[in-house]
Amino acid sequence: MLRQIKEAFRNPKFLVGFILFVLLLLMAIFYPMISMYEPLTYYATSFEKPGTYVNILDIANSEGVKLNVDTAAGRLDSVLTDDQKETMKDWLVRFGGVEESAIDLEDSESFLKLWQDNYDSKNPQKGLRTADKKAVARLDKQLTTALNSDSIDIAGKNEEGELEVVKSIPGDHFINAGSVGNSYTFPLGTDNFGADVLTKLTSSIRVSLRIGLVAGLIGTAIGLTIGLLAGFLGGWVDNFLTFVTNIFTVIPSFVILVLISNAVSASARGATMVSVIIGLTSWPWTARSVRSQVLSLRGRDHVNLSKLSGHSMPRIILQDILPYVASYVVMAMILQISSGILAEAQLSMLGLGPNTSTTTTLGIMMNWAQQYSAMQSNSWWAFVPVVISITLITFSLNLMNTGLDQVFNPQLRD
Amino acid sequence: MAEMARELGKSVLKGENITKVFGYGKTRTEAVKKVNFDFHEGEVISIVGESGSGKTTIARMILGLITITEGTLLFNGQPRDISSGKKRKEYWKNIQAVFQDPFSSFNMFNKIDDLLLDCINMTGGKHKSDKEKFDMMTEACSFVNLKYAELTNKYPFELSGGQMQRLMIARIFLLKPKILIADEPTSMVDACSRATILDMLMKLRDEIGMTIIFITHDIGLAYYVSDSVYIMEHGAFVEAGPAEDVIIHPKADYTKRLISDVPKIYGEWDLSTVG
Amino acid sequence: MGKVMLEVNDLKTKYVTRFKEDVYAVDGVSLKIEEGKSLGVAGESGCGKSTLALSLIGYYFAPLHYMSGEIIIDGQNISGMKPDEVRKKVLGTEVAYIPQAAMNALNPTQKIIRFIEDVIQVHDKSLSKKDIYDMAVERFRILGLPPEVLQKHAVELSGGMKQRTVIAISTILSPKVLIADEPSSALDVTSQKMVIKMMRELMEKGFIKSMIFITHELPLLYNVTDDIMVMYAGQIVEHGTAKEMVFDPVHPYSKGLMGSIIVPEEGTRDVQLEAIPGTPPNLKHPPDGCRFAPRCKYAKPECKVYDVPEKEFEGHRMYRCIYDVDYLKEAYGRNG
Repeated sequence: MLRQIKEAFRNPKFLVGFILFVLLLLMAIFYPMISMYEPLTYYATSFEKPGTYVNILDIANSEGVKLNVDTAAGRLDSVLTDDQKETMKDWLVRFGGVEESAIDLEDSESFLKLWQDNYDSKNPQKGLRTADKKAVARLDKQLTTALNSDSIDIAGKNEEGELEVVKSIPGDHFINAGSVGNSYTFPLGTDNFGADVLTKLTSSIRVSLRIGLVAGLIGTAIGLTIGLLAGFLGGWVDNFLTFVTNIFTVIPSFVILVLISNAVSASARGATMVSVIIGLTSWPWTARSVRSQVLSLRGRDHVNLSKLSGHSMPRIILQDILPYVASYVVMAMILQISSGILAEAQLSMLGLGPNTSTTTTLGIMMNWAQQYSAMQSNSWWAFVPVVISITLITFSLNLMNTGLDQVFNPQLRD
Repeated sequence: MAEMARELGKSVLKGENITKVFGYGKTRTEAVKKVNFDFHEGEVISIVGESGSGKTTIARMILGLITITEGTLLFNGQPRDISSGKKRKEYWKNIQAVFQDPFSSFNMFNKIDDLLLDCINMTGGKHKSDKEKFDMMTEACSFVNLKYAELTNKYPFELSGGQMQRLMIARIFLLKPKILIADEPTSMVDACSRATILDMLMKLRDEIGMTIIFITHDIGLAYYVSDSVYIMEHGAFVEAGPAEDVIIHPKADYTKRLISDVPKIYGEWDLSTVG
Repeated sequence: MGKVMLEVNDLKTKYVTRFKEDVYAVDGVSLKIEEGKSLGVAGESGCGKSTLALSLIGYYFAPLHYMSGEIIIDGQNISGMKPDEVRKKVLGTEVAYIPQAAMNALNPTQKIIRFIEDVIQVHDKSLSKKDIYDMAVERFRILGLPPEVLQKHAVELSGGMKQRTVIAISTILSPKVLIADEPSSALDVTSQKMVIKMMRELMEKGFIKSMIFITHELPLLYNVTDDIMVMYAGQIVEHGTAKEMVFDPVHPYSKGLMGSIIVPEEGTRDVQLEAIPGTPPNLKHPPDGCRFAPRCKYAKPECKVYDVPEKEFEGHRMYRCIYDVDYLKEAYGRNG
């Protein structure tokens, strides 16, 4: 056994899968510890882009520092898209009389200067539709406002209730975001409720892994027990257990899952409950293959010899049968963990997953993202990381499974 | 090697109308049909037959690994009773087996020491000191020309097929059963190891006076080692008797054919009689 | 002296294990087979018998590697040919090879005739299916196999019939040399006898010119081949006619092997079986000097030091031992 474990870690597939899985696990365990956010607290009101959010009042009240940098470029980028820049460049070449080679879109300062010098709304602009003319004019106006580098005066009411200048903020001043009292960084933005996606994601990975693990353990334990008993005892026990197994195989387990989940009220459905439900419906395949393996092992001479040595039935099963199927069972369990995670995701997508007010899972995150049309509103951060996480988990588990398969069945290696 | 004049001891195993039926309805097959046999103390018996003749089924019934559908098996003159676990354990102290395939006879996850220790414990040596157990295992290994020091802490798959089969004999040496069933013990090894294994089994028989029942398709082997030979075809004995009579002067057509099909070196091997 | 069909000069091949260790499984084998003759190869398992068979057909695939030596089949040197060339030019027409489990190599989804078409079409594309069928029926009839077999699938045939069919398929192009590696070991005695009878017929009718038969069952070898060669640890230790080898072996290893023969014939019960202690050496590190010395009861210290050359005696026999023939025979006499 030790030899096989050693060999497993020398197998590149298993190693890559294992490292990937451990990294995900570490992230799921440690990120919620260092994160300043709670997975189920709402910080925003809807989908917000990834980034750092600082309070406007705090900014106004902080002392700025003058930095010798090109502020125009930053503003230009925040105001103009690349397409709009192209439109401007196009206009300059066609009507402003500027050589195309003289324009450098990367150098914002000179580009702006060119624009301000050459743009004239009164230019006849032959060949341009009125709508386009107006669009360019609007663009120019937008620019003028955005590029206004004058100071901003902040007015406040004095004791008499009259407005007076309280503070003047120069246009080229900056504030250290870290020193602003209220600053929030959401590396993956916020979801539809305004919860931090990254915190929620790591917490979901943890819960989903737990669901997969519990479901896998339960499924494997039931499957293994039934398979061992049916295969070893044979006779009517085998007939009965095979009958039960066949029934479970024939009925689509997903339908049972849906029915059970539906029957249990939403508030009672915790993550553990869901994992037990998944575990209870996923054992038939393990049972079938364990049974067939035990059936061929039962006739092996070492089992006969063990009987002749007077060993009891449980001891024969544990010592002479179980080690031979152990490698297969480990592999089957890995696959069951991964399919348990997928089953939870499917259930939750249907709204039959764990109670959403107390837990969060990868499936629940997908469900909300879908219900609040994250896809249509281009809020990719609400679902892409979830999809990647599920894929990575199942990929790493499957990779480990393939690696183990090669270790246990060396003839598959080439 | 086996002298014809050897006195036969009292009957240890006697089968009366032993029948084994597998399946039922359309798949019902009679693997063994009402066979009778009488094995004596210290006798070497061979049950010879081609594959599918039911010889292994008889062996497994005698061993108590499968049930007997019909008929009585007398062990030491009494009907054999293996109805409870305790009785089975007691029965298996008297009857042991060596199987055909050494590679599948071992639990590959247990060390060789475990196998041998298990035998010592089974024969009531549980309370013995480690030194005594060590001596017993060393003795058993040296009996089969193996060195215990080289085997300790090894797993069966580190040995060759011949070594494994010899270790199986070491196991029998420790258990000292009254009856040994050798189910094709040499069909997976080459002629040279076959001689070694037969030699050891015979030495063991002389030492502890056990009855050996060879289940084999090798007529040469049956002739060489056994006192009595039972020839089996389609689940029934077609001929039985002392080895010399059955193999050198066969009466049944089936036996005659079987013997004529075995390559000879002293006489003529007639190829024209086939097909 | 007939035409030499197969000549092998100092052939050396090796296996390369997963851990990049070399195992010298065939280490300097030379032999000659004349037209119409058959040669048996005997030895314990692990002595390089099967590797010799694989090496002789020139079909080198990892982990088996060709090292040196010549294999000349009817004047054509096949050593150094690429496996693909061997398959097209040599297998089937020059050499046919039958491994022990050959009968299990038949694809169960195809009729027997399809395999014959495949074999023939690799070498000759001009024949129509009708011609091939007629040819196969004729060959099967001569060999005593029912022609209906051609239209059957492998699963419908018994083990013995399958093995005979495989042999008929492999020799359909009348190869010059047939190399059979334990062709009948997995069969019961009756089927074994039928296989042997068929192989004899192949020789008698001239469908094959010569044959190498590998088995550890000496009584069988005695009845099938003209000559017997005993292999030990990748080398030939003795070579002579079947009768000489079985009744008058010279090398201590051959003597031991012959001492393990048991046959159901009158009087053989009283012969004491001779068993050679120990196991063949691991060919990763073959012992120095005579390779059999560690197990030989006649060995003296110098046996384990000096390499023993092959020695000829009685004109046609060969053995590999430090002692003289007379000394050995006298020693055997003393030991009974």
